[in-house]
Amino acid sequence: MSQRKKTKRVSYSRLPGDKSSKFIPYLLLGLISLTVIIVVPAIWNVVLSFTRWRGVGPVRFIGGSNWARLFRDEMFWKSFRNSFWIIVAIVIIPTILGLLISSLLTDVIQKKFGSKIASLIRALYYLPQLLPVAVASIIMGWIFRPDDGAFNALLTKIGLASLQSNWLGSPKSALPSLMAILIWIQLGYPIVIFMSGLQRVDPELYEAAGLDGANWWQKFRVVTLPSIMPELLVVILTATIGALKTFGPVYLLTKGGPGTTTIVPSYYSYNQFFQIHQVGYGAAISTSLTVVIIVFSVVFTIIQGHVEKNMD
Amino acid sequence: MSATSIQPVSESHSKRKNVKAKHIRTWGDWLALIVLVAGAIVMLSPLVILTMNAFKSISDYNATGPLTLPSHPTMSGIILFWNNSRFPIKFLNSLVISLVVAVLGVALSVLNSFALGIGRVKGNRWIVLLIMLANMMPQEALLYPLYTMFKKCGLYNTQLSMIIIFTVIQSAYGTYLLSAVYGTFPEAILEAATLDGASRWQTLTRVVLPISWSTISVLFVFFFVWTWNEYMIPMAFLMDDSVQTVPLALATLQGQNTMDATTLASASLLSVIPTIVFYIIFQRKLNQGIVAGAVK
Repeated sequence: MSQRKKTKRVSYSRLPGDKSSKFIPYLLLGLISLTVIIVVPAIWNVVLSFTRWRGVGPVRFIGGSNWARLFRDEMFWKSFRNSFWIIVAIVIIPTILGLLISSLLTDVIQKKFGSKIASLIRALYYLPQLLPVAVASIIMGWIFRPDDGAFNALLTKIGLASLQSNWLGSPKSALPSLMAILIWIQLGYPIVIFMSGLQRVDPELYEAAGLDGANWWQKFRVVTLPSIMPELLVVILTATIGALKTFGPVYLLTKGGPGTTTIVPSYYSYNQFFQIHQVGYGAAISTSLTVVIIVFSVVFTIIQGHVEKNMD
Repeated sequence: MSATSIQPVSESHSKRKNVKAKHIRTWGDWLALIVLVAGAIVMLSPLVILTMNAFKSISDYNATGPLTLPSHPTMSGIILFWNNSRFPIKFLNSLVISLVVAVLGVALSVLNSFALGIGRVKGNRWIVLLIMLANMMPQEALLYPLYTMFKKCGLYNTQLSMIIIFTVIQSAYGTYLLSAVYGTFPEAILEAATLDGASRWQTLTRVVLPISWSTISVLFVFFFVWTWNEYMIPMAFLMDDSVQTVPLALATLQGQNTMDATTLASASLLSVIPTIVFYIIFQRKLNQGIVAGAVK
């Protein structure tokens, strides 16, 4: 009758014969702290998005009206449209430049001029990445000072005084100037990642391509690009998430202005939280940003999976 | 942000072959060098200009503008910022917070990853997915609840609040990375350890830890630098001068709008110096970590 024994499925660790359940104690501290510091606050934030709250006093549940307001809020849409330009400045331009620079550094400078010079140049490109974002932003804000800033002084010196402008303060130039600053900050990241990926490439591949008469561009397309596809995808993913989260430079340089020309979701929600004390609405904005980031990451990870499958 | 600089660590086959053929430098090679050096100079120029002006007096600056060397170098701007911002305290705060976060964050990452990658705890894929989500979360989606929580339990406006929050945030990234590394940890070594009668704890501390040391040290450096550079949460949490960090010191002073060009330059330069020093100290470690395979 009871021939069929109900076997409880036991999972085993990578240590021979050791049950994986024995490892749970190692995970407890991590899971508890993750729950308290990230999971609970994240859910709490979603709950807050359905309330009206000024940060003190009673919390009033108001259903979906923050969300309804969000969809009609021109400022909210503007902030995401600006995110697109931030992505151009943090992902698209630095990735393209990073590909060119890192492959030149690896393929030409390192080979013909030695790895010392190559790593020195790499270090210079990487330097802004290392500065605290707040400090890097303030330095660039200083360069772009309207009256006595270095950039305007430089324009005068090379005879382009007529181009002088209040770079971060006028509606026309604020967003492009912010983008230029972000490119300066970001560029070193893809270069360093791509260069370390390129160290993997067998130099003989280049030699063989060279013997076949391939020029630099052909070698780049046939050897370099496919070899660092994993790094390329990872850079695009992480940099896009970083771009969507951008806060410090906007807060420190333009406060979203002038008007709404440089507003981004992250700054908009911070502004609601701490400057006008509309906590519920701020929570709705930050929740929607979280959703956008998660949807992007899932879609991108699926694409990444397909690309890697096709490579094998 | 610079989340994946360590990715290549898991690649063990980065052996570089010596290309011994003597290459002749073509004009194209020189052109590449010139273009890249010019680019590097552009990247560096804001910092060079900043440094030139950090040692100027206001009158000097007003007379000659930002593009010349100081005619009468002065330390007064730096001294002013050093005193006004109480720089030594902020430096110490940044150092303590970043160091403790780096140590605790690495420890937590190792424990988690040992359970997930080597222990293969049930549901490990889901847990890693959860951790990945936690890592992608924008900080402002946690900001207000954390703010309320820490106010309630009296940790608001303390360095401890920063240590707790960033240890967890950084270790989420560390776990995500390290559990993947441990997931491919050589089976043979684990078997050998078990045959020798090592307990789980001994396997972790005597076998796994020493072998993954280079990945761990890279994580340590990144956690330190990332925490040092943090801005949004510290700004919302650290109100008092006595608990603030270096980036906040500069931002607060800038926000007061009273700073003239040279004082701001001196303040920025002073805030940059620690970072440059870390870079010089860490650079070897960083490159070692990236180049050397984690598991051989």
